[in-house]
Amino acid sequence: MSGQLTIPQLEHMATVIREDIIRMLEAAGSGHSAGPLGLADIFAALYFNILNIDPKNPEWSERDVFFLSNGHTVPVQYAAMAEAGFFDKEELLTLRQFGSRLQGHPERERLPGLENTSGPLGSGLSQAAGYAYSLQHIDNIKNRFVYVVMGDGELDEGNIWEAAMFAGKNKLSQLVAFIDRNNIQIDGNTEDVMPLEDLRGKWEAFGWHVLEIDGHNIESIIDAASMARAITNRPTVIIAHTIPGKGVDFMEYDYKWHGMPPNSEQAKLALTKLRTLDGKITHEGQGI
Amino acid sequence: MSDYSLNSDLFSDKVSLDPIRAGFGRGLKAAGDDDESIVALCADLTESTQMHLFRDAFPKRFIEVGVAEQNLVTVAAGMARAGKIPFTSSYAAFSPGRNWEQIRTTVALNNQPVKIIGSHAGLYTGKDGATHQMLEDIALMRVLPNMVVIAPGDSIEAEKATRAIAKNGRPSYLRLAREKTPVFSTNTSPFEIGQAYVLRDGTDISLMGTGTMTYQLLAAANILSDNGINAEVVHVPTIKPLDEQTILTSARRTGRVITAEEAQINGGFGGAVAELLSEQLPTPLRRVGMPDHFGESGNPPELLDKFGLTAEKIAESVKEFVSNTSQYHREY
Repeated sequence: MSGQLTIPQLEHMATVIREDIIRMLEAAGSGHSAGPLGLADIFAALYFNILNIDPKNPEWSERDVFFLSNGHTVPVQYAAMAEAGFFDKEELLTLRQFGSRLQGHPERERLPGLENTSGPLGSGLSQAAGYAYSLQHIDNIKNRFVYVVMGDGELDEGNIWEAAMFAGKNKLSQLVAFIDRNNIQIDGNTEDVMPLEDLRGKWEAFGWHVLEIDGHNIESIIDAASMARAITNRPTVIIAHTIPGKGVDFMEYDYKWHGMPPNSEQAKLALTKLRTLDGKITHEGQGI
Repeated sequence: MSDYSLNSDLFSDKVSLDPIRAGFGRGLKAAGDDDESIVALCADLTESTQMHLFRDAFPKRFIEVGVAEQNLVTVAAGMARAGKIPFTSSYAAFSPGRNWEQIRTTVALNNQPVKIIGSHAGLYTGKDGATHQMLEDIALMRVLPNMVVIAPGDSIEAEKATRAIAKNGRPSYLRLAREKTPVFSTNTSPFEIGQAYVLRDGTDISLMGTGTMTYQLLAAANILSDNGINAEVVHVPTIKPLDEQTILTSARRTGRVITAEEAQINGGFGGAVAELLSEQLPTPLRRVGMPDHFGESGNPPELLDKFGLTAEKIAESVKEFVSNTSQYHREY
């Protein structure tokens, strides 16, 4: 879908995705708030610029492939997929309900467009690496790329570093990984729970090309993905510095919002803040 | 009547011996010849698990992941999404022993046709001791929805089973033994996933075995015959899906059942048969296998003897069971 939306339009799309997330979580009455909100800009960039996909043909054989590793953030993926046209937006409000295709954690077979089933942490990178290996070293297909989004908390998992070694060894340059570096996990701040720094140095030591960006700057996200595709001898990891709960001031930076949904009052407040860009515009409905 | 063609040298001194894992190696190579989408991944045990035949024939389709079993199956799950049919191999103690959750989420729930090959399962692992003698794998794998579980009885059957799971389109677990074991089947013996086979007809008791234990049951049936007990022997290579009809038919005919496996009886093959019989045809049952116990170092014959898994020990157990239990089943 590359090139269809301008940068301001993509920024607006990120806000729309955030609004969707708030409505979905409020309706669901359970779920994770902070991570999905923090990832909204990355998912707007992925689904409306970076990924070469066809929402009307999810199994398109020429598509880029996207794996979500930290499955608990899936509300942001569902919202981006609905906005992109994979399914009707009304279905978003069925999140986590009995009979819904939008399971609490993503299940591949339930919803066309999902490439994997995830939730238990740490296994997305290796699946993406397996796909990239197939493209690059077995089928010699050079024009398709494999993207994966990981959380930073899940970097505690050994499986991630097994995959990091594997991708480095095999120079999987068609593999592009994003780390949502928001510094929180369930029990607190990542550097208190289990320090990850020197994060850049760790990935470099495993043979990766490392980029660090502001994960809320759409232009930076798109540029980083372009640079990653241009690197042909190593996999690339983009450490995207984000604010957990981004866009809703009373959720931002607070790890307590990791696994909590807003109640109706909080949702109303959150939506008002999102629609008015935190009070900077005075009436709702000013579109791009 | 059984029309299963048993190896004619089975009870002679010339009986051929071959490791079950060797049959897997040959089957994988043959499957690789048939289908270019088959890939093989190994975690630093390529010759031990007999994947070297495939590696040498198809180096481009062989992937070494190092000592990293979690990565082994998750990389395979990603390759399956890319249209491949991945075979993964390690020792059963490590895969599925160490990476069970990855198998659950990225293979079984994700429903990808990844093949989990667990070699060195059971007491035939021998001198390596309890850490490496995987006895819990049958229970671990048969509890997973979508998963097919097969414990071939000998190397010829392992070759057939390997070629069968290459084509079944489903998550599958294949259990292999390390040391040489007697080959009781022949190239013309049938093998289909989900089928059990009556190897010997009998009227007094059904001896049901999986994996290497089927040979011991055949030998035990000979001993029992000399003691006036006419035992039926049923080989059950596929533990899931279980061939309920063949098992129930045999139990109905004989009214007494013994199961034998080189694995924990709790939750294992014996557990599967117990669940089936207790719900559909309550029948006196004794499970032979590891009774909530770990193994230890030793030669396989020493270990089988200690834990009651030789033909002689099984025959003794059957004699005692038959003398103390009437033939009975209850139809609902």
